[in-house]
This record gives sequence, structure tokens and C-alpha cells, in this order.
Amino acid sequence: MAQRVVAIIAALIVAGLVIGPVTAVLWRGGGFTALSAADLSALQFTVWQAFWSAVISVALAIPVARALARRSFWGRSALISIMGAPFILPVIVAILGLLAVFGGNGFVNLILEPLGVPKLDIYGPHGVILAHVFFNLPLAVRLILQGWLTIPSERFRVAASLAAPVFWLLEWPMLRRIVPGAFAVIFVICIGSFAVALTLGGGPKATTVELAIYQAFKFDFDLSKAASLAVVQLCLGLGAGLIALLLARGDMLGAGFDRVVQRWDGSRLLDATWTGLATLFLMAPLLAIFIAGLAGLFDLPIGIWGAALRSFLISLGAVALTMALALPLATKAGEAASLLGLSVSGLVLGTGMFLIVQPYVRPSSVALPVTMLVNVLMALPFVLRILRPGVESARVDFGRLGQSLGLRGWALWRIVYLPRLRRPMGFAAGLTGALAMGDLGVITLFSRPGEGTLPMAMYQLMGAYQMDAAYGAALLLVMLSLGLFWAFDKGGRAHAVV
Amino acid sequence: MLWCRDSVFVQGGYTLSADLRIEAGKVTAVIGPSGAGKSTLLGGIAGFVAQRSGIVSWNSADITALPPHKRPVSMLFQDNNLFPHLTVLQNVALALGSRLNPTRDVQNQVEDMLARVGLEDLATRKPAALSGGQQSRAALARALLQDRAIMLMDEPFSALGPGMKAEMLDLSVELAQAVGRTVVMVTHDPADAARVADAVIGVVAGKAWEPIETARFLNDPPAAFIDYLG
Repeated sequence: MAQRVVAIIAALIVAGLVIGPVTAVLWRGGGFTALSAADLSALQFTVWQAFWSAVISVALAIPVARALARRSFWGRSALISIMGAPFILPVIVAILGLLAVFGGNGFVNLILEPLGVPKLDIYGPHGVILAHVFFNLPLAVRLILQGWLTIPSERFRVAASLAAPVFWLLEWPMLRRIVPGAFAVIFVICIGSFAVALTLGGGPKATTVELAIYQAFKFDFDLSKAASLAVVQLCLGLGAGLIALLLARGDMLGAGFDRVVQRWDGSRLLDATWTGLATLFLMAPLLAIFIAGLAGLFDLPIGIWGAALRSFLISLGAVALTMALALPLATKAGEAASLLGLSVSGLVLGTGMFLIVQPYVRPSSVALPVTMLVNVLMALPFVLRILRPGVESARVDFGRLGQSLGLRGWALWRIVYLPRLRRPMGFAAGLTGALAMGDLGVITLFSRPGEGTLPMAMYQLMGAYQMDAAYGAALLLVMLSLGLFWAFDKGGRAHAVV
Repeated sequence: MLWCRDSVFVQGGYTLSADLRIEAGKVTAVIGPSGAGKSTLLGGIAGFVAQRSGIVSWNSADITALPPHKRPVSMLFQDNNLFPHLTVLQNVALALGSRLNPTRDVQNQVEDMLARVGLEDLATRKPAALSGGQQSRAALARALLQDRAIMLMDEPFSALGPGMKAEMLDLSVELAQAVGRTVVMVTHDPADAARVADAVIGVVAGKAWEPIETARFLNDPPAAFIDYLG
């Protein structure tokens, strides 16, 4: 009974944290009449870039996934693990890495310039799409690779012995089943992606709705306009989310890729080319950060350390609160409810929270708690997806034994559930910590220079063209994000008895 | 006496009716084809399965509405009798309270009981470091240490080899009877019943029958069980 009360309280807190800001946004921004031509073009660009980002990510992922599905080579499992990393890689770090490779003075231009090729410019629509492909290509590869591995190996043997066309017989039906879902998931992610548009977009040609919200805040100081843009973004997110819910299959965080199906078709050279290009595309920006960052670590302005500390504390707070809310909500209903929060973007929640607190306190004074709360709401759906199977199997396996021993309430959690959940809790806490550490979103609305988080400070260094320090900050940020993930995940695995 | 009076138990759309009396201090086997409702009967007595009608009473006290931990019942489940993340000592000590670092007094009682089931040297091990037979002994120790008048056994030894199964059955019944427990055990093997049970409850097609003395049940079974016993 007490347990149900706790679950209901947790559900009410989550619902309040989503519905409150959404209501505030609707209240202030209601009515589409306020939309200007610029707003409409932002809406158009948001959908356009999300569409092409998803199309290109999926199209490139298909040959890469096929190569990974049918070839076994040294480093294959490492490569697949690395494909999971962009999920916890701070967006701003990846963008700086992409700038180092594709930017005006980047690597690619250094090579192409002497050949007389016109200079590549990463700022603008194609830059936004490039960054989105960088983030979502690995996700698409993993989703589609899962699809490939669901085809039983016997079927490939039958097809080989019949000399049947493998693609049309086996692969095309699988792709038709998997690809729409992968497309939809990536489309949703790109609709709500803010930091990429903030850094690489801008101007009349490359402003997303979220970027327009930010500009309404920062440049126009027009809260009504920000709110009505947030309503647009809300509708966009919910619409895209609904489509994704209908189309999406497969598990984004799924494991079990260590199987290679033996095949008798396809070109080894072609597969090697695709995996090689994908590896290069994904690794080059990270390598650039690492090399340039090592030198920059010694150039870090003193303020960076304060920002790093603030980010670290936000991260730990987000982990604690997310876990406290997730454990009682780890049920089917709880997971479904939290998905609702996922389609509301962080910036929309931030706008709503700004509207709520602004009459009472100076928004910059609550920048850090608000950032933490928004990160909790963003992480919750993933965390629930990770925890729920563990809670359910503990309940099935040990529920009756616990009941017959009279274990209830906190004792039941302490003695039965928490020890059973160590591994998934460690993994989930690691994800939450890394995501919160690297988030560059709502903090940009609230914070003032010198009071922000590490990603914010890094963004300001980039804006001031202090590139050496920015690389150093990027390396520090990556180390902290991945370090947090590693520490929590490791903590969950140590001494865990399964 | 454990009395299920006109009781109907419901588990996932499946019902079992039971109108029977189980004698205190005796060993009663529950026999029947798989899917007939043997485990549902035990679950009903233990309070895990919802009861739609009738009364379950123990020594004329109505226990129908009591939650599992308030019934005079300890249970050995088919599997998952031990928490894998706790030591044998911690697992068995849970019989006497929800503490993971038990008091000296509780520890002494646990060690006594472990000695009786032959596990005195293994108190600090975790279940994964025990053999199947040793795990069964630890679970038995826990069930015996719970101060409950009735011990229910839902085929807890079915994963053991035939020799070990017979040995564990003998040990359980011997120790349980020594402290005056009433034992109700599910089995699908008539030889188990012949070995240890005083009486047999036949369960077939959603109905549990009144117990019949073991020899009589096996030699001259009711018509409904002739096919099953072969």
C-alpha cells in the first residue's frame, strides 16, 4: 500500500514538472496568429533538416550495418561499442570536433585547398545536417544491424544453396520493417536538437524553431514570442513523437551484437570500404579533440574549473533525483507516461519553467536547479526502459519468497530489489550522469556568463574564438562525461551477483 | 487441523475448488496431473492466490483474509528459494526478521539449524557456490526456522537427481515432524507419496479431493485417478 503511495507521488511530481511548464507555455503563447514569416521559415527549416538528416543517416547506415552483419574482423565489437558512444558524447564537444575536421581551417579544407576545390563551409544548413548525421548514423547502424541479426542464419544457408537473390528474398523485407522506425526515431531527435542549430545554424536559412526560441529570449527579450514558438515546437514534437511511436520497433539500447552470420555473397572490398569510411567519419573529430585538447588543457581559464564543478554537481543531483523517481515508476504505466515527457523538448520545458519562475525570482539565480530538473525529465524515459525489466524479473522470481518472509516496503527494496537491480541501476545512473554533464540546452536560456555549466563555458570560449582553451575544455568535458558513465557503470557491476 | 471449506481459488482465469480437511502434524501429499491445480492449492493455502469464496481456517481460526506473512505457513518454492546476492547465513536469518546483519542470538539459532541440515561450514557462502542439494538444505533450514505450524512444499527438489531427491524428502519430513510441523507437499510422483506421506489429496480437473490414507489411495485409487496412476 505504502509502495503504491510512493509511486503515485513520483508520478505526480513527474507529471507536474511536465504539465506545469507546458501549461505556462500554452497560457502565454496561445494562438498561432503571432507567427511571423521568419517563424514560419524556422518551422519549415526544422522539418526540412530533420527529414534530410534522417534520410541520409539511414541511407548511409544500411551498407555499414550490412558490412558489420556479415563480416567478422579485428575491432568489430569495439567499433560497435563506439557506435553507442555518441549517445553520451556531449553535443558541443562533437561539434567542435566536426569543426576541426570540416571547418574553415579544418583538416578537410587543408587537404582540398591545394587541389583547387572551393572551400567547404560548415556553417549553415548542410553543417546542421552533417552534425546530425554524425550523431545519428551510429544509432541508425545499431538499429538496422539489430534487424539484420534477427534474420536466422539458416535462411542465408537455404538462400545460398538455392542461389537465390539474398537481398530481395531476405534483406529487403527486413529493411522494410526496420527502416521506417529508425527514420522516425532520428527524425524526432533532430526535430528537438538545439545545440547543433545553436552552433552551426543561424541566419534566415538555418534557424530551427528551438533556435528561434533562444533568439526571442536572448536578442528580443520577447517572452510572448518565445512562448508562442514553444507552442509550435510542442506541436511539432508531439506530432513527430506520435509518428515515431507508430513506426518505431527495436530497442535503441539493445545489446547482443556479437554474432556474425556466415554469408556467401557480397564483396569484401565494398564492405571494408564502408566500415572504413564510417570509422573515419566517426573517429576523426574525436581524435582531433583529443590531440588539440591535450595542449589546450594547460590553457584553460580559471573560470572553467568552477563551471566544471557546477556541471559535476548538477550531474550528481540529476542522477540522485532520476533514480529516486525512476525506481517507484518502473512499471509499464510509468514507462508509458514518461515517454510523453520525451516528446516535449528540453527547451520547451525550460521556456515554461522560465515563465513560471520569472515573476518571483531572477531566472539566472535558478539556472542550475532548472537545468538539473530538465535533465532528469529527459533521462527518465531511458532510465525506465533500462530498469523495468530488472524490476519485473525480481518481482517474478522473488516476490512470493519476499512475501512469505514478510518483507514489505523499504525492507523489500533494501533486501530484494536494490541488490537485484545493481547492474541496470549502475548503467542507468551512468547514462543520466553523462547526459546531464554534457547538456547544452536550457542552461543557455537561464544562465549568465561566468555562472554556467562546463558545456556553456565551452560554448562561450568558442564564441570568443579562444579555440585552444575550447579544445582543452572539450577534452575535460569528455573525460568528465565518460568518466561519470564509467564510474557508475563499473560500480553497478562490481561484486554484482546475478 | 487445516480446513478449506467450500473454497474456490482463482489464478489467472483458472479456478480450483477445494473442500477438505488436512490433519495437523501429519504429512499430506498433493498428487495429480500437471495443470490440474496442485500449485494453486498450495498458493491458496499460503495466501498468494486470490480466494473467491469459502473459508480457510487453521485450528478453527479463520485465516482467509490474512496476507501471506501473517499465515501460519512457511513455504519451499519450486525454485528461487534463496536470494542469490545474500550469504546462506543472511538468507536463513531472514526467517527471523528483516536484518542483513543478524544479532548474535539470531546467528546462533541460524547456525544450530544449519548444523541440523548439514551445512554448518557453508554459512558464509553465496548460493551460487553451493550444489543443488546444498541449496535445498539452506532453503529447508530457512523454512524450518520460520516459526510456522504448516510447511508447504511445492516440489522444491524436482531439479535434483532421484537419489538426492529422496534423501532431501526424507530429511525435510524428518526434521519438520520432529518440531511438530504439518507438512503439505506437492508431487507428481506416487513413489514420493508412498515414501513419506500419511495421506494423499488427489487434484484433478480443477478440484482438490478430501485426503485419503496413502496406501488406500495408491492401491485402490478413486476412479478419477486410475488413468493418471496407470
